[in-house]
Amino acid sequence: MTTVPISADKSPGIVLELLYSLKVKDAMTTEVVTASGSATLREIQGIMKEKAITGVPILEYGRLEGIVTIGDIIGALDSGSLDKIARELMSTSLVTIDAEMPLSFAVTYFDRYKYGRFPVLDGTGRLCGIITASDILRRLLIALNEEICRMEKRMAERQAKEEGPLPQVEMSFGTMPHDFSKAGNASQKFKKTLVERGCPPQIARKAAIASYELELNQVIHSSGGIMRMRIFDDSIEIFARDEGPGIPDVGLAMQEGFSTANEWVRSLGFGAGMGLPNAKRVSDDFFIESKMGVGTTIRASIRLDQGENQWN
Amino acid sequence: MELSHAATLTGAILVVGSAEKKISGGYTSDLLSDVMAHAKTGDALVTIQAHKNTVAVASLVGAPAIFICNNRPIPEDMIEAAAAEDIALLKTALSQFEASGRLWSAFSPS
Repeated sequence: MTTVPISADKSPGIVLELLYSLKVKDAMTTEVVTASGSATLREIQGIMKEKAITGVPILEYGRLEGIVTIGDIIGALDSGSLDKIARELMSTSLVTIDAEMPLSFAVTYFDRYKYGRFPVLDGTGRLCGIITASDILRRLLIALNEEICRMEKRMAERQAKEEGPLPQVEMSFGTMPHDFSKAGNASQKFKKTLVERGCPPQIARKAAIASYELELNQVIHSSGGIMRMRIFDDSIEIFARDEGPGIPDVGLAMQEGFSTANEWVRSLGFGAGMGLPNAKRVSDDFFIESKMGVGTTIRASIRLDQGENQWN
Repeated sequence: MELSHAATLTGAILVVGSAEKKISGGYTSDLLSDVMAHAKTGDALVTIQAHKNTVAVASLVGAPAIFICNNRPIPEDMIEAAAAEDIALLKTALSQFEASGRLWSAFSPS
């Protein structure tokens, strides 16, 4: 299960971005129920009840002249003037909003004017829709959902591109410079995992040798790094990346017998210049890249689909 | 060959592990990468490298026993590591040359 990388801290940023990129016309309701100025408030109340709405714009010759809201109806009920016509009692101090404005404008309008809805006018000043707070919320939810779908798709594509098939097992370990007390632990755990999963001994041994040599290489020479072991259906991959100092001449380092290890390291039985060649020898694919001041990346793979390397 | 027999041949004492463990040969080296490269599964490791990294190497190549030569002192953490990895540790006063020679003769009678 992959997680969608929207952090709680940053998600308001996404919402703001959507509010600026979406326009009022993207969120408004376009099927606006209107009435003419000669309709009675009683008729309008009937429309509100039937359509479950709380405001009806009043049009005169196609132009927006006012709005009758549920508040106006309540006022009319109170004063017994339900049979008067809309033209007489409608609110005419209208706040309208332009269809081309960003949605963020509508949000500010709701804050500033405390109305429940705003008539939306097109470029020619004609009523083309109506917008309520729930229209905005609904549109935002749809947009957020679309955004998440896009992110998930991008993540899946990126993962498929970068990492290829998903491994059955993935383990990773950190290494510390000159920490010989823990050196080899990662490789031992990895080998145990292989054996537990039924890996044939000769394959487990190759993987363990490659893993151990790369691990020791980091312990002896680097300022620390990470080891990542992955078991795929058709291969075992050991990946080692350290944080420097880097190998000045990779060709030389791959030669058996070449070593820059110090006397102390040599006295422990390491640093004989056999590590990297050993790791390469047991691997079917061996990739090494090193940059001075940056670090060294090594990927050693053992294929499981050929010759004596048959697992199952 | 049972370890008890190999211990008798080399005058070694068993520091940790079972005397009934079996070895099928041996490999002698003080270079751990060399051991990694050449020791076979079932080999006893003959060395003077008395530290826990030798145990890690033995475990990775599948060596069931380590002979520490020249009576080199064996640190406590090496004994613990060997016990944890189920690898026998033996200590002998012989040099690598002598210990290897005696084991080799027993494996290759002529």
